[in-house]
Amino acid sequence: MTAVYRWEVAKLLAQKRTYLGLGAAMLVPLVFVLVLVFKAGGPNDIPLGRYIRQTGLATPFVVLFFMSIWAFPLITALVAGDIVAAETHNGTLKTILTRSRERGEIYAGKILAAVTYTVVAVVAMAVVGLVAASSAWGFNDLTSLSGSTVSAAHGLGLLAASLGIYVVPMIGIAAFGLLLSTVTRNSAASVVGTLMWALLMQLLGVLPGTEAIRPYLLGTQFEAWHGFLRTPPDWVPIVRALWVCAFYIALPLAAGYLVFLRRDVAGE
Amino acid sequence: MSEPPPVATRQLVKRYGDLVAVDHVDLTVEHGDVYGFLGPNGAGKTTTLRMLLGLIRPTSGSVVLHGRDPLVDGARALDGVAGFVEGPRFYPYLSGRRNLRLLADLDGADASSRIDEVLEIVDLADRAGDRVGGYSHGMRQRLGIAASLLRAPRLLLLDEPATGLDPAGMRDMRQLVKRLAADGITILLSSHLLAEVEELCNRVAIVRRGRIVYEGVLAELLRSAGGGYRLQTSDAERARTLLLNQPGITGVVLDGGELRFQAEPDAVEAATVALGQARIGIRSLVPRTATLEELFLGLTETGAAGEEAAA
Repeated sequence: MTAVYRWEVAKLLAQKRTYLGLGAAMLVPLVFVLVLVFKAGGPNDIPLGRYIRQTGLATPFVVLFFMSIWAFPLITALVAGDIVAAETHNGTLKTILTRSRERGEIYAGKILAAVTYTVVAVVAMAVVGLVAASSAWGFNDLTSLSGSTVSAAHGLGLLAASLGIYVVPMIGIAAFGLLLSTVTRNSAASVVGTLMWALLMQLLGVLPGTEAIRPYLLGTQFEAWHGFLRTPPDWVPIVRALWVCAFYIALPLAAGYLVFLRRDVAGE
Repeated sequence: MSEPPPVATRQLVKRYGDLVAVDHVDLTVEHGDVYGFLGPNGAGKTTTLRMLLGLIRPTSGSVVLHGRDPLVDGARALDGVAGFVEGPRFYPYLSGRRNLRLLADLDGADASSRIDEVLEIVDLADRAGDRVGGYSHGMRQRLGIAASLLRAPRLLLLDEPATGLDPAGMRDMRQLVKRLAADGITILLSSHLLAEVEELCNRVAIVRRGRIVYEGVLAELLRSAGGGYRLQTSDAERARTLLLNQPGITGVVLDGGELRFQAEPDAVEAATVALGQARIGIRSLVPRTATLEELFLGLTETGAAGEEAAA
């Protein structure tokens, strides 16, 4: 299992699209900080937006908000939608399926590699945002969403926890991408399909009349981290994000796994 | 108990909708065989090989490799089995060596210790550090063999290994296959190159439209289709009359001064004596052996026109 996972990661590291995704994840906070350094004003109407120049800690949170709409779904889809389809297209799937590994093991390796990439993209964004913003505005205390002041060290802990809960719906998107990648055998269709699906989830969340289902939409779970930034912490959205995302993750992964186990691997 | 054969398929069928790509195929490859799987393009050779490697599921029938079924035993059924279908494929962005290392890691055991050795065998050691994306077709084919040899196989499945190679590449590939067979590896080789099969294989299956039309020892096939003779004499007319009355001689045809006939060897000996006694001189008497090509075309084209008309 370790060998399969290790090589899946090595393959990602040898491909341009991986760096395209990670590069984008790091470029967004950098541009964001640069613009706000040179221009007055800021994103005052979004959570923590008005404290952006108070501490470098605020930037990663603000960028999380912006990137949840389409940037992170796209970055995730770029790899998750490609990871099976590209191998089908290149014919390398049959190369690795005729060695001494079960199909399930290969699929599990691909899931773990896609999740790894997703987590790395989120962490890379946060680290670059934090470093860039802290060098611009300092690493100071953070004002929580409840208005209380949180020490910088504690704020760093809250950022880590927030990233932890933020990647959960991201993995939900990755799971959907893996399913499309397995079923469609077409990289472009899977990447676009996954992005469309993520956008649809966001769209449903803002349409009137969807209030009842809103807490259970994948897009909503991207706001679960707000719970950590309340005093005292609000666990309701966090717990809900965990179990709601469990469905969004488990169902596509299980479906993709079954398809992968049984499918005919023939030439394209 | 005797060891199970490397390959045994029974009533193997693969359907794609109305198309029957593989139609009740029974194949048995014995230990030490270099088995030629012959057929025109689209006859179902590659589909059969895919089923052998567990890449696609048979619609019905069974595949057993060294006593194990890929559908039941999964990757374990491929222990001691290696090969490729439709040309080997590699990660173009990794070097040849990195590709082999990846595959060796998936194989486990001591496969990675064989990387240098197999690169030497296929003569790719000096290009192993280059990305596969820059490899020629022939180099990829050879890397495919190298990747197979990493598994120290007892059975090697090769799908058209010489296709697309230049004459020198084809010669090298044949020599490589001969060497591997001499090392005791059982080889199942699909091909539509008759010269290749004739040179390398001891047994063949000829497949047409998914069905086996001949399976057996190549030499026997060639012999069974032979038995014809060509005769040139001092007096063709008299010789013809004599042969027509000679026991054991059949199918006598006179064609431009040359006689052709079918006979068993002892009947031929008797005929030469009779010709001599009748004072008919023999200029030449040549046994006519069918080439694999003639047989192949005969077996794969006979009836095809009729079937097409019926379809």
